[in-house]
Amino acid sequence: MPESVAILEVTGLRKSFGTLEVLRGIDLTVRAQELVFVIGPSGSGKSTLLRCCNRLEEPNEGSIRVDGVELLDPKTDINAMRQRIGMVFQSFNLYPHMTVLANVTLALRKALGKGREEARAIGEAALARVDLADKSSAYPAQLSGGQQQRVAIARAMALEPKIMLFDEPTSSLDPELVGSVLAVMRELRQDGMTMVVVSHEMRFARDAADRVVFMDAGQIVEQGPPDRIFGAPQHARTQSFLADFAA
Amino acid sequence: MDSTTVFLDAFLNRAVIDKYLPDILWGMIITVEVALAVVATGIALGLLLAAVRSFRVRPVNVLIVLFVDVLRALPPLVLILIIYFGLPSVGIRLSGFAVLWLVLSLVLAAFAEEIFWSGILSIRKGQWEAARSTGLTFLQTLTHVILPQAVRMTVPPLTNRTIAITKNTALGAVIGVPEILMQAQTAQSFSGNATPLLLGALAYIVLFVPVVVLGRWLETRFAWGRA
Ligand SMILES: Nc1ncnc2c1ncn2[C@@H]1O[C@H](COP(=O)(O)OP(=O)(O)OP(=O)(O)O)[C@@H](O)[C@H]1O
Ligand SMILES: [Mg+2]
Repeated sequence: MPESVAILEVTGLRKSFGTLEVLRGIDLTVRAQELVFVIGPSGSGKSTLLRCCNRLEEPNEGSIRVDGVELLDPKTDINAMRQRIGMVFQSFNLYPHMTVLANVTLALRKALGKGREEARAIGEAALARVDLADKSSAYPAQLSGGQQQRVAIARAMALEPKIMLFDEPTSSLDPELVGSVLAVMRELRQDGMTMVVVSHEMRFARDAADRVVFMDAGQIVEQGPPDRIFGAPQHARTQSFLADFAA
Repeated sequence: MDSTTVFLDAFLNRAVIDKYLPDILWGMIITVEVALAVVATGIALGLLLAAVRSFRVRPVNVLIVLFVDVLRALPPLVLILIIYFGLPSVGIRLSGFAVLWLVLSLVLAAFAEEIFWSGILSIRKGQWEAARSTGLTFLQTLTHVILPQAVRMTVPPLTNRTIAITKNTALGAVIGVPEILMQAQTAQSFSGNATPLLLGALAYIVLFVPVVVLGRWLETRFAWGRA
């Protein structure tokens, strides 16, 4: 992988909830077209890290640059930046009162100000990419979990983000539905999307990730190519986490 | 005269019906006018207050909660009397119609605000986060994502509360609003016969039973939203 430009640069990131310090100095750079996988025990701060990266959580300290723009600068238009940072949640969070197409086009229309027809065309193209072109007039409740998560991916993708953040995108899916979501993520990766993925899908990490980051207790303990992290973890905490996982 | 005749003469007197039915019908029109005006402004104001409250500006919310609690605590009749008989002494003269409309609107707004607010609170945080993460502003998220879901959930309790409050249009009789009860009472005292009161009761039934039935239908129709 050639050294390409940094899309996400996190430096010295700290975040506390009350007296609990959840992120204790995170440095992480994600380059264009990279797929970075974040693993770690429950409560280690993985979700908080992702949520800081589009300011769903306000960090206490540090810097987060996305596509060269400092997110934590009060002068930054956070709504404009969020259009460039796609986020996919464990619980899908589709809008239940809207059709699939309306879910995908809402931000296109209201945040980007696109007209109805243009938004529809973009939305339908995004749905086609997640293989749900035929579901555009369905409501979320009529879809399987896997389909719902693919709609959520299409909703984020339709804005043509610079980077996409996935927080356990398959954790609330029945096992037989996981594959379809991973397949869409793999295609996104092949199309050159920059992605940060928090997930326990170690097999997917092994064959799709460029880099695996292991977090524990609010810090990055070690990171490297999947072969090395899974095959020869350096740090004792990584070893015991992966051992627990294999068991 | 047997007792049936006595009863009919007292409550369904033909001559009294012929004479006063037009007044009662006129009263129905007034009642409907006040009720519609109250529903429109009361619910709109309640929704607006709930929306403002969701911005969570401390001093503003303290005022909203104060307004809501006071209006829910006071009997509407007390407010009506205070405003109708009190305001003129500070130089503000409002018609009975205006006072009735104002007070009932404010009372409905107070209850509606609480109902909408609990609806807004019941929407999962993930809905806010998903919308904000796509770059929608707080206000866009509120209007396109949160309120449509919250309002749907509040239809059953809101319908019931609205019916309860619009029935209070009968309080207009105390301040000279010529709605159903006022017409019936006047006719009763002129005719010395209870028939107009029964007609008034029938008029309320004709007006409100369909609304109650509609409320029950809405309740089942929207019940899924509460799951
Ligand atoms: N809004 C919040 N208020 C208070 N504490 C919080 C909040 N969000 C997260 N935490 C705490 O911060 C810590 C890190 O949480 P986080 O969700 O980032 O962990 P995680 O690595 O994603 O865990 P999991 O694998 O279980 O999802 C936990 O101890 C959690 O309880
Ligand atoms: Mg998490």
